[in-house]
Amino acid sequence: MEPEVTDINTPSNPAAPFAPIRSGLSDYQIKIAFIMPTMILLILMNIFPLLWSLALSFYKYRTNLPNIPPKFVGFKNYIRLLSDPDVWEYFRTTAYFVVSAVITQSLVGFSIALLLNREFRYKGFITTLILLPMMLSPVVVGLFWRFLFKSDNSGLINYFLQPLLSLFQSQPIPWTTSPKFAMISVVIVDTWMWTPFMMLISLAGLSAIPKYLYEAADVDRASNWFKFRWITLPLVSPLLMIAILFRTMDAFKMFDIVYVLTREGGPGTATETVSMNLYKLAFRNFDTGKSCAMAYILLILIVALSNIYVKYLNQLKNST
Amino acid sequence: MLLEKKTYYYTSRFLIVFVVFIYLIPIYWIILTSLKSSSDISAQIPQFFFRITFENYQKLVESQYFSQLRNSIIIGFTSTILAVVIGTLSAYAFSRFKVSGEDDLLFFILSTRMLPPIVIVIPVYLMYTVLRLRDTHFGLILLYTTFNLSFAVWLMKGFIDEIPTEYEDAALVDGYTRFQAFRMIVLPQAATGIAATAVFCLITAWNEFAFALVLTEVGGNTITAPPSIVSATGKTGYDWGKVAAGTFIFLVPIAIFTFLVRKHLLRGVTFGAIKK
Repeated sequence: MEPEVTDINTPSNPAAPFAPIRSGLSDYQIKIAFIMPTMILLILMNIFPLLWSLALSFYKYRTNLPNIPPKFVGFKNYIRLLSDPDVWEYFRTTAYFVVSAVITQSLVGFSIALLLNREFRYKGFITTLILLPMMLSPVVVGLFWRFLFKSDNSGLINYFLQPLLSLFQSQPIPWTTSPKFAMISVVIVDTWMWTPFMMLISLAGLSAIPKYLYEAADVDRASNWFKFRWITLPLVSPLLMIAILFRTMDAFKMFDIVYVLTREGGPGTATETVSMNLYKLAFRNFDTGKSCAMAYILLILIVALSNIYVKYLNQLKNST
Repeated sequence: MLLEKKTYYYTSRFLIVFVVFIYLIPIYWIILTSLKSSSDISAQIPQFFFRITFENYQKLVESQYFSQLRNSIIIGFTSTILAVVIGTLSAYAFSRFKVSGEDDLLFFILSTRMLPPIVIVIPVYLMYTVLRLRDTHFGLILLYTTFNLSFAVWLMKGFIDEIPTEYEDAALVDGYTRFQAFRMIVLPQAATGIAATAVFCLITAWNEFAFALVLTEVGGNTITAPPSIVSATGKTGYDWGKVAAGTFIFLVPIAIFTFLVRKHLLRGVTFGAIKK
């Protein structure tokens, strides 16, 4: 009379139902055996290298000159970095990118979500099509946008903008090759790629709003703006906040797109983000000790950000 | 009122079409470019109508590109299988057993994924130099497995949490060992989750650039597709036709996989934090 039990009691059951003798590993052993491989790999491939680079950040050492032994210099690497105005410039560039990209993506992504939050034909297919860019490789996306951004009229973007540009009698825009427009191009490409992410999460938030709230508002003859301001926004904002935090953390690490789109952070250092600078320091100048110190400065910032993120996530989980 | 509704209807449809257009035109342009001759590509004005040629794909066949794609496939699949297997085991343990300090451990696992790749790759480069793992398949597989592992644990934990424990408990009462219950009761029910997790891991490994750039060498035996597409500059800059053809071949599998996991995209991109 117990369908569930008979259901799994298939003939292949090795143990007879009336002989519940448990052999094999105990729960405790299984737990250890299942968790250990993950821990070992993470410690071996993440924690150990990070400790190594922490140690190296206090040394003067160059990987391309392995015969010169590392020389202990204390906090000198950190002091040199933090007193270097160029380094602050890289942080400013990164912050500028993060703020403008994340704000644009949130606004555009949320608007598209509002647009798609209704029934229409091929909805699933069209939504997935729009989501495609965020699944692509950032470096490949950056590369083909460089082609679209070509600075003469043969670039597709300038070609589309031509009527507008001729109105102002302006030359084709040197998107990726002028210091003025390079950062804008990076923001545009990142926005094209990550707006779908914002849209996806906003859409999840929008579709979770109970319909009766709007119906109640209709009964009260509430205006569309009122419904948006007092029903839609407050109910979507927790999810949107998660998306924004997530993207902020991700944008902070920006490397791939600037590597190809603006040729390693160019022109000059116009789009040189912290990650880009770190790469150059470690694998162009081979100043390993200093690059490890720089890595740690970046690391502390990321850990702080991800702490905020996880706290917020837990708060949200507990409140729902 | 009726007219207003109709205008609203057509405006929203028009805007949807416009958004799709913006999103697809770059990809459409890559496909067109890959089918153009080099004179059509370098024309002063972008050419929408032209004579289709497959010479760019021909050039790819003659180059090293397909052996680089093979590297991507070998490294991608092996690291995905490893990450999903190891990740599923840990996810099961975290989901079903009381683990002391569970929240801290899970946070630690997640935080390894948040690290910027460039920060990790500096010490890994030194480590691999000592161990002679640079420019080897094994080195990249190990790194990609670790990189995807935290993601696999989090996503799989979400999927396994949703499987009711009653079936397992009944099986345990019937004399199954814990491992048998895991293998024969839980795994089949988690199959969809495992497949979705695997697809996400595969896409991540397939797309990865920073690690591959530093740890493989141009012209070496293990360079994967992304760094090789980027490094394929000729004398006069990029041969855009060839780049477009290579990019298109590289993107097709991702597009297919994205449609396969479309129901799980939300979960996948938020580490299982938001479920739907």
